Amino acid sequence: MAEVINSRKACSVSPLKMSQPIGGALALMGVHGCMPVLHGSQGCTAFGLVLFVRHFREMIPLQTTAMNEVTTILGGMENIEQALLNIAQRAKPQIVGICSTGLTETKGDDIVGYLKLIRQRRPELAELPVVYVSTPDFKGAFQDGWAKTVAQIVEELVEPGAARIDDQINLLAGSHLSPGDLEEIRQIVESFGLRPILLPDLSGSLDGHIPEDFTPTTLGGTRLEEIRRMGASRATIALGEQMRGAALALEMKTGVPHLLVDRLMGLRSVDRFLHLLAELSGRPVPQVYRRQRSQLVDAMLDGHFFFGGVKVAIGAEPDLLQNVGHWLAELGCELKAAVSTTESIVFADLPVERVCIGDLEDLEQEALGCQLLLTHSHGRQMAARLQIPFYRIGIPIFDRLGAAHQVLVGYRGSRSFLFEVANRLIAAREEEEGAHWPGRGPHEEAARACQCQEEDQRTG
Amino acid sequence: MSNLSEKVQAVFQEPGCAKNRAKSEKERKKGCTKQLQPGAAAGGCAFDGAKIALQPITDVVHLVHGPIACEGNSWDNRGSKSSDSHLYRMGFTTDIQEMDVVYGGEKRLFRAIQEAIDRYDPPAVFVYQTCVPALIGDDIDAVCQAARKQFGRPIVPVQSPGFAGSKNLGNKLAGEALLDHVIGTEEPAYTTPCDVNIVGEYNLAGELWQVKPLLDHLGIRILACISGNAKYHEIASCHRAKATMLVCSKAMINIARKMEERYGIPFFEGSFYGISDMSDALRNMARLLVGRGAPEELLSQTELLIRREEQRAWEKLKVYQKRLAGKRVLLITGGVKSWSVVSALQEVGMEIVGTSVKKSTDEDKERIKKLMGDEAHMIEEMTPREIYRMLKEARADIMLSGGRSQFVALKAMMPWLDINQERHHAYAGYEGMVALVAEIDRALHNPVWQEVRLPAPWQEG
Ligand code: SF4
Repeated sequence: MAEVINSRKACSVSPLKMSQPIGGALALMGVHGCMPVLHGSQGCTAFGLVLFVRHFREMIPLQTTAMNEVTTILGGMENIEQALLNIAQRAKPQIVGICSTGLTETKGDDIVGYLKLIRQRRPELAELPVVYVSTPDFKGAFQDGWAKTVAQIVEELVEPGAARIDDQINLLAGSHLSPGDLEEIRQIVESFGLRPILLPDLSGSLDGHIPEDFTPTTLGGTRLEEIRRMGASRATIALGEQMRGAALALEMKTGVPHLLVDRLMGLRSVDRFLHLLAELSGRPVPQVYRRQRSQLVDAMLDGHFFFGGVKVAIGAEPDLLQNVGHWLAELGCELKAAVSTTESIVFADLPVERVCIGDLEDLEQEALGCQLLLTHSHGRQMAARLQIPFYRIGIPIFDRLGAAHQVLVGYRGSRSFLFEVANRLIAAREEEEGAHWPGRGPHEEAARACQCQEEDQRTG
Repeated sequence: MSNLSEKVQAVFQEPGCAKNRAKSEKERKKGCTKQLQPGAAAGGCAFDGAKIALQPITDVVHLVHGPIACEGNSWDNRGSKSSDSHLYRMGFTTDIQEMDVVYGGEKRLFRAIQEAIDRYDPPAVFVYQTCVPALIGDDIDAVCQAARKQFGRPIVPVQSPGFAGSKNLGNKLAGEALLDHVIGTEEPAYTTPCDVNIVGEYNLAGELWQVKPLLDHLGIRILACISGNAKYHEIASCHRAKATMLVCSKAMINIARKMEERYGIPFFEGSFYGISDMSDALRNMARLLVGRGAPEELLSQTELLIRREEQRAWEKLKVYQKRLAGKRVLLITGGVKSWSVVSALQEVGMEIVGTSVKKSTDEDKERIKKLMGDEAHMIEEMTPREIYRMLKEARADIMLSGGRSQFVALKAMMPWLDINQERHHAYAGYEGMVALVAEIDRALHNPVWQEVRLPAPWQEG
């Protein structure tokens, strides 16, 4: 039972958090042929863009309404109109998504009203779907912006009342899932003979591939027709607590019942997920996953030597914290420090004494005495100061390759996570033992090799 | 906010700016920031520019007053190096919340300054104004003044709300903050006839350290570098320098010019990129210093050093000349680099097929013409789609640009090299030139290009 405490500091140091609008923008990047726009001043967009470029190492479609001091005070209708016209003409998107920012929210622009007027005035924009989401920078965090945006896409674009398609199911994906995770989940679901519609689907747009030609909008992601068809699905699975709202919205609008799968890491949560799919599809769990399960169990047996009693510090957005936290605890780790960015009910049963809504400075204080740190790349300096192994999770990961392909979910993802973390713990232990050897000399390597063999016998 | 508009006006009217000199009084007042196109704009904001300019001051707390967007999304994204303090690598922000927007964020800001001082004990705190608090009317000047009184150390307001304009304007607003609140507030422990300031050099990837040994060798002391690897007290006491070198063209010209006006410190513009540019910079620096009382021998010593260093660099470059001569380069960058890199690459026989001049001044463009001839392919604005085409059709062998457009090249399966802020290699000075050419060579001749362009065996045609 974790207690939730809010950092009461006026000065946030080394932020863990990122803002709502760019969370919204990233969700929009999982929609095909989309141009996300931040309604604000150009710097907000530039920062978001650079952040995603560094993380995904991909071209990032993101535009701005380029508000300045004067237009902010007068209201941003003309800028939105101009932005829509320019984007429609230059990028030819199939859909435009607009997220507000702190600036335009402070002024209180009535964007819904603006959009109505603009559509009346500009018949050339009549056919262009535009989704608008309110995402002030001074509230919530990245994950909230993502969640709100997905809910809004559902509200605006899903069509109710279609006849049910029996094998079609909706998967609403939270921001804690990487393109690699989504690919893994899709494969699992398809192996049951189900046809999933993923929303948003970063696995098509930000999975790092070489496109045929250059496109200024997103290249891949959920197609508009698919989004419209979501009302005809058999069921909706919300992947991550943050997707509950969007799933409910979908249910209210179309009657498609929803289920929540908040965890996809670790033996028992993947078990539950597969069991659910088996029930939904009426098919048994495929052989590959039975095999993968037993491999994961084996990995857990091999790994438990290294995880037992290890004190861990995690800094992550709520849903990611929940997934990683529970899994490490199930492997025998002791969660000692947990810092997150925004309120969430997932903290309630997290196996940690308290969750602090705060920054990396808070995490560093709580992490004293920990033996393992997990957070985004900004944590690297802290890990160096604490001299403990560091595993990168979440966004941004800008100093290592492959962030988009990091797979943490399913039996396979859980297993590779287990191995990678365990190997880091082993390496750290070796280093420590090495440091205690008197007179590090040429014999050291040999001694170390012996020790490893011993260990092999013990554990193998 | 009137304070801000005065500042913006003041920078717009900068008499040191060549563009301004050609304008009428009225035109000048309008300022030089082009109206941005909503939906077709790219680039950072004034806050971004101010932060770029000042963040390399390593030992102070850089406190960003605003919602999480400004700092949370951007901190820790530049490779400016430090030989000492690491405080500048942490992100500090007031992370203002809805209540602050409603009731004002001044109290939170004051408390944040106090917390930062309590916990990190910096020699000074720099407070950056951003859009939202500027809009609700938070008076950071007043808060900083009160905090200075209370805590007995400099608290420097930087008026830089993003919506005031571009990154470039932000660089200048940062300069104004230093001029108003920092420069000239302390005295150096001692001075020498060979003290210089360097303005506009950020020590990215440690580039300052490629230059400093050369200056050390000549007995030239960097009193302050604004702002690479700088410490607060160095900047506070840099008004006793004998000369200033302004690097990277116009970004912080206001500092150089006003220091000339106020303290009689002459300045010259120069670049550390490219062999001849580097030599020119050393020469000009020595000349200015001798003019202000440095020993006459400095000139001959400088020539000696130049000869030795140039020879060494050419020796090392010879190897590459054979490998790179005739290779075609597409340069997509802004401002000063559009010409400083041109001359550098021409030195090894590479051909520049185009250079972007979007952010260049008329003077920059003149220099490009001088270097590349009147035929120079200067690209005012090129959309990513056009760049992609150009590379795909192999009209260039390599693209040099900032990180953001790298994927235009990579997706066209063409070599690319980062020459902007996020680069990890240092390209300044003679050594840096060799390093740049070595990197280009490494990129161009990587066998991976042959590999990735192989069609799959099952592909038709
Ligand atoms: S434009 Fe304004 S709100 Fe956006 S990042 Fe720049 S200062 Fe912050």
